[in-house]
Amino acid sequence: MSKITTIAGRAVPVRGNDIDTDRIIPARYLRCVTFDGLGQHAFADDRSQDTTQGKTHPFDDARFQGAAVLVVNSNFGCGSSREHAPQAIARWGVKAIVGVSFSEIFSGNCVAMGVPILRITPADAESLQAAVEKDPSLVVTCDIEAQQVRAGALTLAATIPAGVRQQYLTGAWDALGQLVDGLPQVRAAAAKVPYLSGFAG
Amino acid sequence: MPTVRGKPSGTVACLRRAGATVPGRMSARTLFDKVWDLHTVRTLPSGQTQLLIGLHLIHEVTSPQAFSWLRERGLKVAMPERNVATVDHIVPTEDQARPYADGLAEDMMQAIERNTTEFGIRLFQPGSGLQGVVHIIAPEQGLTQPGMTVACGDSHTATHGAFGAIAFGIGTSQVRDVLASQTMSMSRMKVRKIQVNGALRPGVYAKDLILHILRVLTAKGGVGYAYEFNGPAIHALSMEERMTICNMAIEGGARCGYINPDETTFAYLKGRAHAPSAAQWATAVAFWKSIASSADAEYDDVQTFDASTIEPTVTWGISPDHGLGVGERIPAKESFTADEWATIDEAYRYMGFQAGQPIAGTKIDVAFIGSCTNGRISDLREAAKVITAHGGRVPASVKAFIVPGSEAVKKVAEAEGLDKVFTAHGFEWREAGCSMCLAMNPDKLKGRQVSASSSNRNFKGRQGSPEGRTLLMSPAMVAIAALEGRVADVRTVLK
Ligand code: SF4
Repeated sequence: MSKITTIAGRAVPVRGNDIDTDRIIPARYLRCVTFDGLGQHAFADDRSQDTTQGKTHPFDDARFQGAAVLVVNSNFGCGSSREHAPQAIARWGVKAIVGVSFSEIFSGNCVAMGVPILRITPADAESLQAAVEKDPSLVVTCDIEAQQVRAGALTLAATIPAGVRQQYLTGAWDALGQLVDGLPQVRAAAAKVPYLSGFAG
Repeated sequence: MPTVRGKPSGTVACLRRAGATVPGRMSARTLFDKVWDLHTVRTLPSGQTQLLIGLHLIHEVTSPQAFSWLRERGLKVAMPERNVATVDHIVPTEDQARPYADGLAEDMMQAIERNTTEFGIRLFQPGSGLQGVVHIIAPEQGLTQPGMTVACGDSHTATHGAFGAIAFGIGTSQVRDVLASQTMSMSRMKVRKIQVNGALRPGVYAKDLILHILRVLTAKGGVGYAYEFNGPAIHALSMEERMTICNMAIEGGARCGYINPDETTFAYLKGRAHAPSAAQWATAVAFWKSIASSADAEYDDVQTFDASTIEPTVTWGISPDHGLGVGERIPAKESFTADEWATIDEAYRYMGFQAGQPIAGTKIDVAFIGSCTNGRISDLREAAKVITAHGGRVPASVKAFIVPGSEAVKKVAEAEGLDKVFTAHGFEWREAGCSMCLAMNPDKLKGRQVSASSSNRNFKGRQGSPEGRTLLMSPAMVAIAALEGRVADVRTVLK
């Protein structure tokens, strides 16, 4: 597993609170047995609705193509547990997400995928979005180690839960290896759980 | 007259320590603490807990990639006997003949059949009598029990908390982790007690109660918390109603929701296929009683509600916390906090509503009764009661259909003649599945249609049309809306 300390790149702002997973990846695209190819469907309905209204969704905007950092507002990724949502965003090209708050299942999925989430204040999210919209070439640096987001003149304090930050810095963000290594302890723990040992149905 | 979002009828500050169990105060723990501690394998280097999962439920949408990853890494399923699979999201509820007309759905069906066979996991197939929405079949079969940890690649896993289990919805990477190790890596959460006093009035259901709680505590108010629903109004509910409550804990941002087990829980479980046998019953009940929250348990937060003040509740907007009593009017933006205004403006635009307009009388095009929130037998019985009391027929302008949550629910409903009541009054009667709860199967809204739905999410596009509009309500309220062709107060026929 590789260590993740900083991620730097151009950014794409997607404004709005409570952007749910049905909007990030509509259910019809869940009819698949691999995550490949989901990138092109990220925000599919929002994108086509914007097009119909004569607007351009940031994910379709030429200025933001190739962006590596997604900048959002609060309660992003609420709704379903579908990992298809962060997978679609990651496969579009996003490597880190900066925002105010996130649903817990969504942020858990991001950890497992190695896509760091950095939390900043509502006012900072607005300024970062405005800065990126003004200058899409701006390089945004997500510093996991220093818990900072830097972009041009902006230096924003960011938070990452301590355990998760440690996982990125040590390269242990994919827990699978450790979980499987612990199998003997798992079996010992299971032997002490009444319904698994005594009266399993 | 604009109405306010509403406030809890009284907030009690009875806060505890931040963080984990207080050493030496083992008796003062909540159910959440007890179950968490019982299933803790060890602390991982990250500081997270390796948590044992007693029951892992699997469905066709979020599992295929997890099985592929196991194959790529040459891993086995650690405890296949603690895993159970079914199919629900993509199954058609009209013609279930194989291969399915939708080739992508057929591929997913074949993938779960291949994966469960290869890895030695039970699969409840259509036609077996055991198939249904994953959160309906596990309780029905007695698989979900008090004191368990339950995980499933589905956010509504919270449903199982109705039994006093700690049940988490997880993503596909964690589905892989649970398959490979029967554990997952997690951080402990805080516990909020939601104390509901009083009693629900006639015509007001568990669905109304949870929509009201969401309205007050908001869609993100529960982030970081497990919700414990407690109090006389909660313990007066049947198991099926309790499942409706816990099912929607996730819509409040809580990672899980639960209710302490009591005699109602034990009576429900007794005699179910996977419940403990008669010989083990007393041991099981003693364990179940021991894991309930202690009377002196401390909570990180307590919120108190009065059930007797709640009206039948309907959502008007694009988030499950946009609820409104059926007698109220669409609220003014100013009754929300400023950070919600952008969402509220979008809700007005998307739904085509204006502040001050009554929600009652809103014309509907589609009526859907089903889902893991309200697709159980008591929901169908209540709908049938309303339909019979009303006596009318679904107008030609409305498409109304009823999807039982499982094959077992369907069988009981037909034995009771409920299907005949539905079809005689113009409702379609379907096979079991998720159906228009999320519209991955052929059931979808068209264009800007308005749906009265007993499901759990009114997100934009949720019911299959990118512009489709959803009003969440109880099955009884959906039934009356179907017959009237518009949102109406079910209490007018339930005299
Ligand atoms: S009924 Fe709806 S919410 Fe429940 S599992 Fe199926 S799709 Fe998800």
